[in-house]
Amino acid sequence: MKKYLLKRIGMAIVTIWAVITITFFLMHSIPGNPFRTESKMPKTVYENLQKKYGLDKPLSQQYFIYLGKIVKGDFGDSMKSKVETVNDMIKRGFPVSATIGFQALLIAICFGPALGAVAALNQNKWPDYFSMILAIIGISVPSFIMGTIFIQFLARNIKWLPIGGWGEFRHTILPSVALSLMSMAQIARLMRSSMLEVLGQDYIKTAASKGITKATVVLKHAVRNAILPVVSVLGFIVSNLLVGSFIIERIFGIPGLGLFFVMSINNRDYPLIMGTTIFYSIILVIMLLLVDCAYMFIDPRIKLTKEGR
Amino acid sequence: MKAEYNLKPDLFSTASREDRNAEKMHRPSIRYWPDVWRRLKMNKLAMTGLVIICLFSIMAFVGTKINGFKYFEQDYSLINIHPDKVHWFGTDELGRDMFTRVWFGTRYSLFIGVTAALIDFVLGVLYGGIAGITTRRIDAIMMRVAEVIYSIPYLLIVILISVVFTSAGQGSSLFVMIFAMTLTSWVPMAILVRGQVLQLKESEYSLAAESLGATRGWILLKHIIPNTLGPILVNLTLQIPGAIFAEANLSFLGLGIQAPKSSLGALANEGLAGLAVGNAYQLFIPAIFISLIMFAFNVLGDGLRDALDPRLRK
Repeated sequence: MKKYLLKRIGMAIVTIWAVITITFFLMHSIPGNPFRTESKMPKTVYENLQKKYGLDKPLSQQYFIYLGKIVKGDFGDSMKSKVETVNDMIKRGFPVSATIGFQALLIAICFGPALGAVAALNQNKWPDYFSMILAIIGISVPSFIMGTIFIQFLARNIKWLPIGGWGEFRHTILPSVALSLMSMAQIARLMRSSMLEVLGQDYIKTAASKGITKATVVLKHAVRNAILPVVSVLGFIVSNLLVGSFIIERIFGIPGLGLFFVMSINNRDYPLIMGTTIFYSIILVIMLLLVDCAYMFIDPRIKLTKEGR
Repeated sequence: MKAEYNLKPDLFSTASREDRNAEKMHRPSIRYWPDVWRRLKMNKLAMTGLVIICLFSIMAFVGTKINGFKYFEQDYSLINIHPDKVHWFGTDELGRDMFTRVWFGTRYSLFIGVTAALIDFVLGVLYGGIAGITTRRIDAIMMRVAEVIYSIPYLLIVILISVVFTSAGQGSSLFVMIFAMTLTSWVPMAILVRGQVLQLKESEYSLAAESLGATRGWILLKHIIPNTLGPILVNLTLQIPGAIFAEANLSFLGLGIQAPKSSLGALANEGLAGLAVGNAYQLFIPAIFISLIMFAFNVLGDGLRDALDPRLRK
């Protein structure tokens, strides 16, 4: 198991390196130069700017300097904001994004499996139809539409919750729910089919014929086995939530990292785009690693086969 | 001990005509694909999806010509008209007919979805197929590379490429967008195909073909791939809404198709502004279209998977 874990960590590092390299060379393959486009500046100013951002050195050297900086945790300066570095923006925006993301994840992994399990236990009865209709709406309606509908009806018309803004818990409710719906729907569908498969297995019949109560059979025997495929897609879910957060933050005007990322795209603030891309990738790769480890601990069969290698 | 048989001719009788037919099949045998189709037809939800897809595909070409307006035609005297008899879906803030624009957007969204899925299919089958039939060492290397590519966050790379290949304030070209989307999304297909190839490589019919002198490439293309078409088709159907969704997100972030051309995501993005001033239809019509397309492909994919799964056969 240790060997597998080490291999997995090695892969994660290679992935992060690949992302840094791809990002760096992609951003530097943009024709022209960020300072050329601005109004005519004196030659010395231009040269000083080039020197300040290290653009006068050959590309390969710039690459290694950048790589070294990232290793030390320095994501460089923003080109448009004179007061904040990319690190400052990450420090300011990430906790906000993480709050929304974490709440959305919590909603998805609490209600998703529950909906799926209830649907499977009542196959072809109204709870099944109800939760599957919810799930189909969840996967069919993109989050930006869901978010707008929430703002329009729950915030503007009924005035239950604030339209936008940030600071209190009630500001986080609508964005978290809007962000979580698609993931919740995906989990519910997956849970339903895996639960149906488990419920048809012989060991469920054995457990029931031993005379245990139905609740114990469902919770201890069915759900514990049916949840495995759900855990294996958690990485995918986390990555969806992360991308969804760009859109949700833009709609609700939440000052998170996703909003900074979208703004940096519109401003063509290259160091900020690079920095946030790499930061997001690192977070995602770490999350994927954690999900893999969690899966290993939950499913004893995997532990055995990996140890056997 | 020796058994003694006393067989006399009168124990035997001539076989009648009916007996001779006993081993014949009474019902015509159903081949694989007609059988899948038969089971798919019984799934009402999947058929609804199929009907929606067919209808939308036809309307994507016909719908733009029905009410006589052009998708780029602006009429400043008729801006933000709510749906009425002339403009069935109303007009947008530049006085363009929404009915025509929505179908035009559907054409783009569908084109992007289908093209991206087809590219995924070709790349995935090639890469997965090659990984499946080469030596173990090359296979291991190819799979590690695929895994690294796949753990690169998908939409981040799409956004990055759109940023790199387009200048500020302009949308992406169609091909940049499709290129960016297929860059990482072919990997699940490749992993699927490789798994199937590894399994089917050991089958009797592969062995038979090999013993008759067929090359590995021939076996892969003529015997193995046709037998994995089922799972591939399901994957393909589910990849189309993924690509349409990614495009909608991209357009929503302002990195999509360039105006006056439009996709459903871009139309929804434009409609957002209309929502604030009471023109909700400008957002909701494209939103309903996106949702219907996503719904249709998802239920069709589910239905196909159920129809292809032999365990669900009754």
